[in-house]
Amino acid sequence: MNERPILIIPCSGIGKPFGTIGRDATFRVVDELRKGRADTNCLSLLVMGDEEATEQIRESECIAVDGCPLECARKNIEIAGGRIAAHFRVMDLLRENRGLRPRQVTFLDEDGTKLAEMLAERIAVKVDELGGEGLD
Amino acid sequence: MIKPKVGVVSCSGECCSLGTLSRIATRRVLEDLKAGETVTICLPLFLAGDSGERMFAKQFPTVAVDGCHKLCATKAIEKYSGKTAATVDVESLLEEQGSSPPASRRVFTPEDMAMVAVVAGAIVEKVDGIKEAQDV
Repeated sequence: MNERPILIIPCSGIGKPFGTIGRDATFRVVDELRKGRADTNCLSLLVMGDEEATEQIRESECIAVDGCPLECARKNIEIAGGRIAAHFRVMDLLRENRGLRPRQVTFLDEDGTKLAEMLAERIAVKVDELGGEGLD
Repeated sequence: MIKPKVGVVSCSGECCSLGTLSRIATRRVLEDLKAGETVTICLPLFLAGDSGERMFAKQFPTVAVDGCHKLCATKAIEKYSGKTAATVDVESLLEEQGSSPPASRRVFTPEDMAMVAVVAGAIVEKVDGIKEAQDV
């Protein structure tokens, strides 16, 4: 059992729906499905080199959630010295669900919401496997 | 004379609802209020991407849209890409308006969407100011 919550870091992608899907799924896990057992932090804090955020990343088991193949979340966690315990890619989920075609970026449409729900369930299972604990 | 587009880069901070507010307001400007006149880039690409991404603020006069007083977008752009042309500090804007941050970072109420309109208006003011300066 981890003494700290599992840290889920989505990519912050803003140009396509995939970043919004990863972000939405992360909030579903952190605020609803595994509230208290998982947490998130701003990827932008890591980008600008915030010491507190970097320390948190280094002391936590991290789940990276990336929207596109550029994998900004994974790369930024690794640059900060964090451990990637699991890595989810929205593109992989899309390949498994070719009938779903998310189009909206700002607010997810029906297909985007379905993908976010699926991704959130998978991340929640991974949080259970990693044994996140600590915010209760 | 063809004027360069204006960059609008949101922090998209995941740790609080102000990041979502900055992100949605930025999308509103890109998709609707200043469509065709503005461009964006995912903030984490400044660190995870290549030298091409770091040319962004040199190519486009850029407005940073920061959710909170930590000003991650402004600092990251200036650290990796170039001087920002302007910053919108969403937390300060809310304080000036006497408004509270949205309760959820995933689901926005009509009241939250009214704040989106205020923030988007502030971004548009900055974009217009930059474009006017290009005319001089």
